[in-house]
Amino acid sequence: MATQHSRSAARLMMAPAVVLLLGWMLVPLTMTLFFSFKKYLPLRGDSLERGLDWVGFANYVRFIGSSSFWPSVQATLIIVGGVLVITVVLGVLLAILLDQPFWGQGIVRILVIAPFFVMPTVSALVWKNMFMDPVNGILAHLWRFFGAEPVSWLSDASVQSIIMIVSWQWLPFATLILLTAVQSLDSEQLEAAEMDGASPLMRFWHIILPHLSRAITIVILIQTIFLLSIFAEIFVTTGGSFGTRTLTYLIFQRVVDSQNIGLGSAGGVYAIILANIVAIFLMRIVGKNLDR
Amino acid sequence: MARAVTTRRKVITTAAAWAIGLLIFFPIYWTILTSFKTEAQAINDPPLFFAFNWTLENYAIVQERSDYMRFLWNSVILAGGSTVLGILVAVPAAWSMAFVPSKRTKDILLWMLSTKMLPAVGVLYPISLLFVQFNLLDTRIGLVMVLMLINLPIIVWMLYTYFKEIPGEILEAARMDGATLKEEILYILTPMAVPGIASTILLNFILAWNEAFWTLNLTAAQSAPLTAFIASYSSPEGLFFAKLSAASTMAIAPILILGWFSQKQLVRGLTFGAVK
Repeated sequence: MATQHSRSAARLMMAPAVVLLLGWMLVPLTMTLFFSFKKYLPLRGDSLERGLDWVGFANYVRFIGSSSFWPSVQATLIIVGGVLVITVVLGVLLAILLDQPFWGQGIVRILVIAPFFVMPTVSALVWKNMFMDPVNGILAHLWRFFGAEPVSWLSDASVQSIIMIVSWQWLPFATLILLTAVQSLDSEQLEAAEMDGASPLMRFWHIILPHLSRAITIVILIQTIFLLSIFAEIFVTTGGSFGTRTLTYLIFQRVVDSQNIGLGSAGGVYAIILANIVAIFLMRIVGKNLDR
Repeated sequence: MARAVTTRRKVITTAAAWAIGLLIFFPIYWTILTSFKTEAQAINDPPLFFAFNWTLENYAIVQERSDYMRFLWNSVILAGGSTVLGILVAVPAAWSMAFVPSKRTKDILLWMLSTKMLPAVGVLYPISLLFVQFNLLDTRIGLVMVLMLINLPIIVWMLYTYFKEIPGEILEAARMDGATLKEEILYILTPMAVPGIASTILLNFILAWNEAFWTLNLTAAQSAPLTAFIASYSSPEGLFFAKLSAASTMAIAPILILGWFSQKQLVRGLTFGAVK
């Protein structure tokens, strides 16, 4: 039975976290919204002190109307979609494999999880140079060994290369979560199905996959939120060229490279809306879980 | 008979699992191995796996040329500082939400989670502007604050799910015996919550260590951590594979070791308790 005293104490204890996050959310968000309605090009003499011109929705219209907008949306969708398909499909298979009894389970699990702990700049650089370099990269060695012409991965197959790098980083995450879910599967149910003559494929389709559906949904939603904002992997590999300019990277270039704050802010508002649409679905699932 | 089948199956599973595990781990293994080669051996065709002269000179050169220790120290301060600060703010909040829940607790938790979804690039300029205004650009304190704030929702959530598992009856019993709020927290909750807090610290240290948007965009010479240290090897130094490997190994080794300890907590932390 919580007393009045402990209730107000509880509120007081919650206050710092709530106030900090509220400030962290509202202050920059308000500023981004503000700038998105202004013409603000610091390099052309616009400054906050002298006041900025109100331009209405011009930045929003221009951001969508620019020739790089739709390609960037396309690149974002292909990269996010590609990584999701690869990590979820391989993650499910890998989770089922790792759930079987075999020698050295602990060590193999560590090997599989390891890429998740590699910082994005390191994995991007290692892949870019030591694996995908068309002259000295290990893939070039491999291609030459089989008598094939080495591929300039990051210029000729840039989007696929980024998907490859990011999938390598996120496969451990998907595998680990799906493995946790597989382990909670009732083995008696599987055995009963086996006795009734269900083939492995049927058992997978009718028992394992439905059981994993919640975990798969969570993997997809959480990864989508992180993948929509991948940055370092593109920053150190292609720098946004060769069709790898995602929406995040386009906004980054508008703000940092071309110093068009108004335009970049309008793009930022689009990105925030997009992320929130994904977030709503994730919140529903997590929220349901809270009630249990 | 049945036994023989399972043994054969176990052998096949073992072979498949090890093959895939080694394949996934290969880039890391290759990086560590290359860091001990000379530059000429590093780009040798065919690639050298064992037969080369092991050398430590790359590590010495990297440290000398780019002052690895300073970046390492910055990473430790940024990841450590933001985690400690986050824990200090989050423990009381998570405690009150877990033990004195109100009608709004669920909404507050979900709202906190929603701040995590804010795309960083959308607020890049405002944050840089605030950094300039408050003279925080390229300072460690500024980045500690930012990293703390981006990870605070995860910290609160993890702690909340751990605290939730502490039975409330124990607290009631303590209250019956006349324990004050302070005693309750100090002598009953804290000891029971230590494992949960420890895993939360571990996971958030890792997340802060690897954070590569704000650390790349808000630092220059003084406060740059290892993420920026490695990004500076992008070109043309990146073509010196042995040195790149040594730098990479030094950047990931500390966290790889910590990460292996935290793999169990990873699932809970990163799914906000939705998968345990």
